[in-house]
Amino acid sequence: MVTNIIVAGLGGQGVLKVTDILAEALFRSGYDVKKSEVHGMSQRGGSVSSEVRFGDAVASPMVPAGECDYLVVIDSSQVEVVRDKLRAGGFLLTPDDVPKEKLAHPKALNTMLLGALSVKLPVREELWREVLSSSFPEKIRALNLDMFELGRNAAK
Amino acid sequence: MSSKLLASGNEAIAMAAFDCGVNLGCGYPGTPSSEILDTFSSLGGSAEWEPNEKCALETAIGVALAGGRAIVTMKHVGLNVAADPLFTIAYSGTPGGLVIITADDPGMASSQNEQDNRRYARAAGVPMFEPSDAQECYDFLKAAFELADKYRGPVLFRVTTRVCHSKCVMERSEERTAKRTGSYTVDPASNVMVPAFARRAHKRLRADLAEMAALNENNTYNKWIKGSADLGIITSGIAFQHAREAAPQASILKLGFTYPLPRETIKKFAQSVERCLVVEEGDPVLFEEIGSFGVAVENKPEMYRFGELNVERVRRIIAGDVTPEPAPAPGKPPQLCPGCPHRKTYEVLRDMKCIVSGDIGCYTLGVMPPFNALHSCVCMGASITVGLGLRKMLPEAEARRVVSVIGDSTFLHTGINGIVEMMYNPPATGHVVVILDNGTTAMTGLQEHPGTGRHLDGSSAFALRPEDAVRGLGVKNVDIVDTTAEPEKFAEILAKRLAGNECSVIIARRPCILALAKHKAAQAAKGE
Repeated sequence: MVTNIIVAGLGGQGVLKVTDILAEALFRSGYDVKKSEVHGMSQRGGSVSSEVRFGDAVASPMVPAGECDYLVVIDSSQVEVVRDKLRAGGFLLTPDDVPKEKLAHPKALNTMLLGALSVKLPVREELWREVLSSSFPEKIRALNLDMFELGRNAAK
Repeated sequence: MSSKLLASGNEAIAMAAFDCGVNLGCGYPGTPSSEILDTFSSLGGSAEWEPNEKCALETAIGVALAGGRAIVTMKHVGLNVAADPLFTIAYSGTPGGLVIITADDPGMASSQNEQDNRRYARAAGVPMFEPSDAQECYDFLKAAFELADKYRGPVLFRVTTRVCHSKCVMERSEERTAKRTGSYTVDPASNVMVPAFARRAHKRLRADLAEMAALNENNTYNKWIKGSADLGIITSGIAFQHAREAAPQASILKLGFTYPLPRETIKKFAQSVERCLVVEEGDPVLFEEIGSFGVAVENKPEMYRFGELNVERVRRIIAGDVTPEPAPAPGKPPQLCPGCPHRKTYEVLRDMKCIVSGDIGCYTLGVMPPFNALHSCVCMGASITVGLGLRKMLPEAEARRVVSVIGDSTFLHTGINGIVEMMYNPPATGHVVVILDNGTTAMTGLQEHPGTGRHLDGSSAFALRPEDAVRGLGVKNVDIVDTTAEPEKFAEILAKRLAGNECSVIIARRPCILALAKHKAAQAAKGE
């Protein structure tokens, strides 16, 4: 059994940061994990998406079309671009599903959405906090932990 | 002893290079290879950005001639630049270890073509490894150095975008090989490729390759996964991962040491299955070569030669499905950043109706609206010489509108040769070159270069200023202008230079906003 997650957005929104955290947390929870993305041109404000797959054994690092279980879209403009990746009955998470009015910084929308997604994934709450803490420099660590918490509570 | 971690292919290559005592890593940045040397350096390895891939390979050859181990990193098109030394070092070999990493970009996520560098192994007669994930990047790089030691020759290491940038769980050994110390044995018959010595060296190379092919029949880098006898798949690299998922029941021959091929193993595998299909990304390289052995195998339909493979495409290949594929939803294309110094430069070029011969970098995005101000782009350094050719062919009124634009890193890469040509064979109308100097190699992730005054690891270095370089090459008209602060001044200088019959260089200088932020952050980190 393999579970597929795709995070999409625009360059500069922290798409790759979210999937790095996801992959690390799932790896430390004992799963086989693969993560894939494309760098380069996409960094210049264009569409970016990154994929994480986890389970007992994962082969391809890329999620087959129509097989995504959890689709997280950081920029609403990108929903239609990636919607066909979601399987029937798959879970779509967009900025409308989190309390964005409580964002302490617009750039932390990625961690707020990660918080909302986190309730769906088999990772212990303390481990999320551990991985998040080691993923951000001290200056923005507390802020990101708070945004994660807000997203998580909203989704509970 | 080993430890488990999550790593990308590029990180795994850097770890393997460090763990097997590589003395020097050389390269020129290029997606998807760029992170290898940065990671190698952060682990404690010695690494340097060089002006271009040819310089990098030659430096590495010197290290290996002195008995050391070296890696060279580049994107696929970089190997075209480094091809000249490659074909000859294949003959002479080196006593040390030389592994050349070529990072191909099927599907062109960030490249101007999707050339398949597996062809280079065949063309140059250099053995090739092709890992399919980070674990194999780690294991195969070590194997590549062992092979280099055994045959005293270079090894090609071919990765692709999805191998470089995908992460997987891998084990890193705790063993560390000590770095070698250098020594030089004077041996002209081995190291001076004059015809008399090269003829012998070529024969030795072919004999070595025959021996490697035999060795390749029995090694752990190729995997025969026994499955159903109905379908057998021969595959390599990332295509293996897709194939395993698309056809979990199939028998698979997964090749890791992909040149020279293990002919007998392939024959046996093909005979063991009813239908034998080659699943490879890009050109039909394996298909053609296996066919030349007299083994009947099936090729993928031509439509799957284009772009990357993935699980659903491999399913379609297996089903023989050649119906049109659904077009991906159009995403937002990349663009020049808000505040990018190239923006004003392109606005002026557009408004002055210039014919712009372009080059490779962020500024290639000047082709997009609202600028529409870049009208040709071929390869690194081509803008200047292509511009000269345009000027020589076009009627005078049009020739006068031709401008070459080139970034600072690209100028130092291979653009500088174009200035030499410009001064040697100037067009009747002269020429105008605009160096877009933003002080970094922006497109590939803000790497240092010989003009930035910093080495790869951030330490201070000699800075080659483009104005000094072009003046030294004989250019008399050299202007420096910040086009964002003074667009009118730039327009005025440009109009004057276009009207004259001399060769001129205008340096449009203003730092990349992303590089400024990066250096500010680095300064702040130092201060803490």
